[in-house]
Amino acid sequence: MTFLHRHKGLTPYLLLLPGIAWLGVFFLVPLGFLGYQSLESGSFESGYSFTWEFSNYWDAISTYNEQLIRSFLYAGIATVVALLISYPLVYWIAFRGGRWKNLFLILIVAPLFVTYLVRTLAWLNILADEGPVVNALKTIGILGSDGRLLATGFAVVAGITYNFLPFMALPLYVSLEQIDTRLLEAAEDLYASRRQAFLRVTLPLSAPGIVAGTLLTFIPAAGDFINAQLLGTPRQSMVGNVIQSKFLLLIDYPAAASLSFILMALILAALLVYARAVGTERLTG
Amino acid sequence: MTTRITRRELVQRGAAGVTLLSLPGLLAACGGGGGGGGGGGEVADVLRFSNWPLYIDYDEKTKTHPTLDAFKKETGIEVQYFEDINDNATYFAKVQGPLSQGRGVDRDIFVFTDSSRYPQLLVDKKWVEPLDKDKIPNISNLIDAQASPPFDPDRTYSLPWQSGMTGIAWNEDVTGPVTSIQQLLDDPKLKGKVTMLTEMADSIGLVMLDSGDDPSVVTDETFHKAIARVQKGVDDGQIRQFTGNDYAQPLTRGDLAAAVAWSGDVVQLLASNPKLKWGIPEKGAMIWTDNMFVPLEGSSATASTYMNFVYDPKIQAQIAAYVNYVPPVKGTREELAKTDPETAKNTLIFPSDEMLSEVHSFSGEALNNETYITAWQKVLGA
Repeated sequence: MTFLHRHKGLTPYLLLLPGIAWLGVFFLVPLGFLGYQSLESGSFESGYSFTWEFSNYWDAISTYNEQLIRSFLYAGIATVVALLISYPLVYWIAFRGGRWKNLFLILIVAPLFVTYLVRTLAWLNILADEGPVVNALKTIGILGSDGRLLATGFAVVAGITYNFLPFMALPLYVSLEQIDTRLLEAAEDLYASRRQAFLRVTLPLSAPGIVAGTLLTFIPAAGDFINAQLLGTPRQSMVGNVIQSKFLLLIDYPAAASLSFILMALILAALLVYARAVGTERLTG
Repeated sequence: MTTRITRRELVQRGAAGVTLLSLPGLLAACGGGGGGGGGGGEVADVLRFSNWPLYIDYDEKTKTHPTLDAFKKETGIEVQYFEDINDNATYFAKVQGPLSQGRGVDRDIFVFTDSSRYPQLLVDKKWVEPLDKDKIPNISNLIDAQASPPFDPDRTYSLPWQSGMTGIAWNEDVTGPVTSIQQLLDDPKLKGKVTMLTEMADSIGLVMLDSGDDPSVVTDETFHKAIARVQKGVDDGQIRQFTGNDYAQPLTRGDLAAAVAWSGDVVQLLASNPKLKWGIPEKGAMIWTDNMFVPLEGSSATASTYMNFVYDPKIQAQIAAYVNYVPPVKGTREELAKTDPETAKNTLIFPSDEMLSEVHSFSGEALNNETYITAWQKVLGA
């Protein structure tokens, strides 16, 4: 105690220590190892050795650019759709939910109680060729008589959207819930229409939630492979599928590691562009 | 692991006459030893066995595996049975880490298919223990066709668990008979309603046969010809997906019209879905065999004791009657005919000579060819 009394300035750093140690051991060290692996050459049979093999990166980009682009496309669409679905939903809960607010929030989170895999498998039944959704769409003529939803890009994007919706909805809710309703009253007093009040008061104040929600949705969605594997075909495969197969099936560690780094770099780059566009102060709320 | 028995209990039981009935029982009683992982010569009192799902007899009522219970009764060895192998590649990825560092994987038996590259790899890298053949007198019951596989010519490290055939299954509610790979890949009526297997040997082997090429002697030309045909099927949207066992559900539901499928799976599914059919394609089917190995640090003596037990035709008949694959043990059909004559007549379990003349196996060299593996993985989309 006396030590801490004498060096009061140290306390915050000491409190940070466990977190930093955790990140160091379980994030930075493996990351360094992954970087090392990404520059190895050789094969599983003959063993891998470190040779500064930068060509791994170019090979990965040139061979799998299709899957990389698709990952960002699918994740982007899923993020936008999740935002469009959850914004009105949580807006209603935050401002009109009344005493049922908590119940509605639990309902949003409830799917997370079921494991990810089972939730995704459920979509196999929902979108089945002879299932209710496909039949309904066929009846109203949106789908042709031999049309289907499973094993298409639509199914993959729908699965991703569904699986990550709570991660969009919760931060959005927090930022909407915190809005001081007196500000909206003030806007009305100043002759703002409801539309103007929403666009100039509510929307800007919920921006931190939008930013946090899109990040929490987009980043894991871009690396997802379960949805593409279960709901898609080889033509829907994403970069996560490639990394999984390289790591686990082909045991080609250099290719898998370099692809992981490329994915990470692209996400970081996208993040920087996004931060520039919306302003960094909104990233931190 | 509630009933793990001690050596003392074992000896007592032996004295009571239970284990005296059999030689393995005596050996087990004399060996004693620590709980598995002993390596070398001693028989442990627990056998840790990893196998594929639904691949051993199972009693729905008692929720037990009768032959495993019988094994325990006879030898006193408790079997910890794990159904944790879903496909060869994923399971191999799981065990290769410890094995590559010379460590065991807490198993005494695991199973790999000879139509994958892994049996050869395991033997080449010395990641498996030799069998204790003194403890397997029943090895004389091994069928001749399985006596000398290329990856283990003297059966030093492995014994077959079951064999099976890869052909075409179809759902009669959705389509008429699908009798050839050509029909599967080209018939516009099947577009988007067929799957193939992720195992290269199964899918590429069948396509090669269909093109009139020999899958046991793969050349660059025949391989790439087959790859191109499958790729075209993917690009045209004819092939919906590549699967493991998981074609079963969509096929019975009717989302799929036809699938490249394993014989035993379909026999099992037939019981509840009579509209499913399985056939050998016009130009021939593929055959493969799952092999039991003893991983590094596994107890070879314990594993060998068990292998001897299942190579008794009586026991094998019980397993075959449930799993519906092709048993590798002589005399199984005769034993099964006594208890279950209907199953003994099933040609998917006991293929006729005519059927056996139509089945082929895939080249071991091609299985290990990195270029081929990568090319196939690209077709799978990753």
